[in-house]
Parts: sequence; C-alpha cells; structure tokens
Amino acid sequence: MHAPTKRIAAASTQPQRRALREPLWVRVLIRIASLSFLGIFLLLPLVTVFYEALREGFGAYLASFRDAAAWSAIKLTLLAAGISLPLNLVFGLAAAWAIAKFEFWGKNFLITLIDLPFAISPVISGLVFVLLFGAQGWLGPWMSAHDFKVIFAVPGIVLATVFVTFPFVARELIPLMQEQGTEEEQAALSLGANGWQTFWYVTLPNVRWALLYGVILSNARAMGEFGAVAVVSGSIRGKTNTIPLHVEVLYNEYHFVAAFAVASLLALLALVTLVIKTLLERKIQQQMANSTSDFDAEVSNVAVKSPVNAAVPAPHVSLAVWTRGFDFESAVPT
Amino acid sequence: MSLEVQHVSKTFGNYQALRDVNLKIEDGELITLLGPSGSGKTTLLRIMAGLEEPDRNPDTKILFHGEDVATQGVGERQVGFVFQHYALFRHMSVLENVAFGLKVRPRAERPSKSEIHERAMKLLKLVQLDGFAGRYPVQLSGGQRQRVALARALAIEPKVLLLDEPFGALDAKVRQGLRDWLRRLHDEIHVTTVLVTHDQEEALEVADRVVVMNKATVEQVGSPEEVFHHPSSEFVMDFLGRTNVFHARIANGQAWLNDMPLEMPAGMSGKTNAAHIYVRPHELDIERIASGQPALPASVARINPAGAIAKIGLVGTDGAEIQVDLPLERFETLRLKLGETVYVSPRKMRVFAPEPEYAI
Repeated sequence: MHAPTKRIAAASTQPQRRALREPLWVRVLIRIASLSFLGIFLLLPLVTVFYEALREGFGAYLASFRDAAAWSAIKLTLLAAGISLPLNLVFGLAAAWAIAKFEFWGKNFLITLIDLPFAISPVISGLVFVLLFGAQGWLGPWMSAHDFKVIFAVPGIVLATVFVTFPFVARELIPLMQEQGTEEEQAALSLGANGWQTFWYVTLPNVRWALLYGVILSNARAMGEFGAVAVVSGSIRGKTNTIPLHVEVLYNEYHFVAAFAVASLLALLALVTLVIKTLLERKIQQQMANSTSDFDAEVSNVAVKSPVNAAVPAPHVSLAVWTRGFDFESAVPT
Repeated sequence: MSLEVQHVSKTFGNYQALRDVNLKIEDGELITLLGPSGSGKTTLLRIMAGLEEPDRNPDTKILFHGEDVATQGVGERQVGFVFQHYALFRHMSVLENVAFGLKVRPRAERPSKSEIHERAMKLLKLVQLDGFAGRYPVQLSGGQRQRVALARALAIEPKVLLLDEPFGALDAKVRQGLRDWLRRLHDEIHVTTVLVTHDQEEALEVADRVVVMNKATVEQVGSPEEVFHHPSSEFVMDFLGRTNVFHARIANGQAWLNDMPLEMPAGMSGKTNAAHIYVRPHELDIERIASGQPALPASVARINPAGAIAKIGLVGTDGAEIQVDLPLERFETLRLKLGETVYVSPRKMRVFAPEPEYAI
C-alpha cells in the first residue's frame, strides 16, 4: 500500500535525477561487466596467490620462510628499498620544488628526464647499467681495477631500483605544488623568513601527504620491481636475489608452495599499499580543496580531479605482474 | 617612514611594465596606486617590496627614509605585504599565521614564546578576530582572511604597509566595510601605506593621495579631490568616474560644439582645430524648453531613477549618447518622458586638445 506513494514522492522530489538515469537493464549490465572484470583480473589472481601458498597448510607456508635464500632475498629487497626511498624522497622533492616553483632554462627537458623511467622498459634500463658498469662496459675495466662491483652485486640492484622508482615522488608533487603556486612562499619571505625556514615551515607542510603518497607508491614499485633488477642482479641465489627474483627461481624449480608463499608477501604489501594510498588520497583531496581560496564549486571540482589524473600507475598494475608469471613483457610499466 | 622610487623601469621580455617611474610618498601617508590592469601598478608595488627587481640602471633608486634599499632582499626591507588572495599559510591556525613573522626571526632578535603569543593576540584584537585564533584559514570568510593577512603583515612592525588589491576578491558590501575599517586603522597606527587598486571609488575614498597610472607611467599624482576635479589628462578624466565626451571644432578663435558656441578655454592654442570636451553626468542640466541659452538638443532614451540620483540616457542629434545624472527632486519637477526632446547644457567642462595623430 505504501510503496507506490513513496515512489511517487521520490520521483516528484528528484525529477532531475530520474531524468538523468539510465534504464535498469543498462545499469545492471554495466555493473556486472565491471565487477566480473575486476573479479577475474584483480581479485582472482590475488586469491590464487594465497590459495596456492596455503595449499599444503600453514606449516608448509611458514616453512618457506625458514629457507636462508628466502631470508636473504627479503633482506636484500628491504635494503634496496631502504636505500632508494630516501634518495627518491630527497631528489624527487628537490626536482618537484624546482619545477613547480621556478622558471629556468631547460625546465621542459628536466620534466622529460623525470618521465624517462616510465617511458622506457625496465629491462632496457637494466641493460643500460650493464653496458655502463658491466665487465665489458664503459666503466667496467676501471671499476674492476678498483675492486668495485656494481653489476651482479648489491650496488647494481640499488641503482636499478632508484632508476625505475625515481618519477613517483616528483610526479606526485609537481601538480600539487604548481596548483599551490608561490604566493605563500612570497608571503613567508616578506615576513622575514629565510629560504630554509620558508621551505621547512611553508612548502613542505603543504605537500606532506602527497609526499608520503609518492613514497608509498615508490616503495611498492621498489619492492616489486622485476625487469630492471633481473638484468643487473644475475640472480645469484642467497646473494643477489630480491623477492620477485626469488619467486621466479622457486617457481622455475617447481617449488610452487614456497614460490607462492614468498609471492604472498608482495601481495600483502600491495594490499597495505592500496589501503594507505586510499587514505592518503582522501587527505590530499582535502588539502587541494583547502588550497582554493573560495568555496567555489567549480574550483574545488577541478582540485579534486587533479590528484587522480596526476596519479602515477597504481600499484594494482604491479600486483597483476606479481601474480602472473613474472615474464619480462608484463613488467613494462603501463 | 617616507618611501621614494626614482627612475624605476621594468620589462618582462618584450613587455614594458614600468617606464621611468618617479614617486615620493611621505611618512604616514596612505597612497593608492590606481590604474587599469596592465598599467604597472602591481609591478611598482612589488618592486617597492623587493618581490620584483627593477631593470638595471645606475639612476634607479628605491629609498626608504632616504636610504637606498635596492640591493636588499624582500625579507630585509621589513615591509608588510598583503596579497590579493591573502596567501595565508593554510596549514597554520590564524594565531600561528600572525605569529609567523616573529617566530622566524633570528634567535637574538626573537621575542620569547609568551611574548610572541601576546603580541599576536593583540594584533588579532586590532583586526577584531581575537575569537578566531584557533581557526584555520579555510574556516574563515574572505573578509576575515584578509584581516588575518593584514594582522600577519603588521606583526613584523613594518616600516611600510603594501597592499596589492586587498579587497579585489571580496563582494561589494564586505569591500566597503573593510575599506572604511582600513582607513580608521590607518588613522590609528599611521604606518606609511601603499594600496593598489583598479577601483576608482575605492581609491578616491580611502587615500590621502592618489597616483593614477596608465601604460607603465604615472599620469597624475594628487589628492582625491584634485585628481577628480582637476584631471591633468583625458585618461585621468575618463578613468575616474563616468564622463561624456563631446567633439568640438575650433574656428577663428571660437570653439563650437555642434552649433553651440563655447568660450575658448584658456591655454588652448588657436593652432588646433579640434578639442575634446569632457563633462561628468552630474555637471549637465536638462531643460524641457529651449531657454535661449546655448544648449544641445537631445531626445530622452532611458530613465533610471533607482538610486540616490536619477540616471538619464539621452541621444544627441549626432546620435551620440549623453549621460546625465539629476538630483531626484530635479527629476521629479521635470517629469521627463521617453522620446521627448530636451535641451542639455553643461555647467562645467574640461577641454583637452586631442593627442596629435601622426600620419605614417
């Protein structure tokens, strides 16, 4: 009895909404299509990783981590990420600051340079390092004369990781910093602050969430990077294997449970990254909304849009890579 | 603190923003830089502040109290700069914003924490925002933000206060209120103040003296009364309020406006054969019947009595529009009708020789 009245009331209060709605069957079809796409390409692989890892029980899962080689791979991955992250943070911040706040000759070239790691295949970037530092490379003879190894050693892995993860921080910061402009900095300078105080009290707090966002994405990529690291590492078991490389070795040796157990670490990392990323995106959107001086709807719409547009390839892309067969092809960033 | 700029020029690439500008501002004055956009007023203000560098020229000087500060950076000049879009530090509370200038001082000159707090609170009281100390800029209205920006600029005890279109982003009502408040504040604290605006009403209302700028140069400097009633150029006349322009002929030492003979204004040479005559709308009178006095016939095209005065739009015999402002009482006694022919006579006029045009 009540239902029809209600419906009429709803229809009369929101006539516009009704007019803008697609027919029911279209809505249902679109929803089913997108959900099944997400399920097959994202959720299913993720579930598979954990399913395969736990196939022989929790004991077998844990046993996979007792292996010395697995531990060494984890430690090396943490080391590579631990070195490349601070470097990316400092250089990414410096590059974004220079690009967003100053006009200088060669600025466009610098932007292109920052994008380079996104544009070229990680395998190629790995090869470049081999050509530079390898035994037959340009600097190889000099380096071996000074007893310093880069290729097939830890420095090479760190170098490759830094290279492929460099754009994340800078790319995340540049649009936000450009949006914020330089007026606050000018105000700080006019109030007597020196350059360092201006940076520390004004510029940095205004980008702190975006900076953390960039670091999180950078970290996900650093730990999950396969292609570039594979070329320079030489996959020496227990010595130059990172987690992704170790997974491949185990898989090729038919240690499926161990391979998936180690892979589940990366999957977990991906999930954690996604959660933090979502939280940070919310923070950044708030900050962008704050950055507009008025409550102008149009302005804040633009502001809300930009961090999403500016977002670098999200980690779920890499997630698909981790959960598939770790072939070189799929390691190419999209 | 007096402020003086001498021979200041500024070019941005091919664009000349300022051309050899000279200006002296007395201690404790409130000056407005008035001009259309692109006239160079903001550039001049930013050069005074040290946010922009003038073109290199040995004659260029920026003097604060007679001392050349051209080589000093913006921080050293101790100027309070207020930005059009406030430029408040968005992640700091209102109190932290105001305290910033004191907090970043070198240790030796920095007041104690409690003193900084006390002084910031005092300033917030001055701008009537002492109840808002803990708020963040996003939680304030435009007018409140601008007052915070002003308090923040005053916190460093500036030698001069420089305001760049401070009320430009606010709505008319708030703008009027803040303008009056700024004038009262200035009368209270007497800090030398330069305010940039493109709003002639604002400039005339708030300033001790008005600097009218156009095309990278200063057109006229004078009191509001002076620039309004005795404009030195057609531009100043035209920019400061509404005007009617009539094109007059000069023949045999006699000026003619259509068939109406005019007194030859002093200073006009007989060489020119044309003159531009400027009359403000309130300086014209309307008669319904020709009185025999020299007057221009025109027909009534628009009538708008909504306001303190009645705005009448007339069309002259040559098709040009003539704007007339009548006091309401006068409007009521006249009982004008749309389309009727009336006779317009100026009570006061200003005559300018047109700028010479050169044949190419």
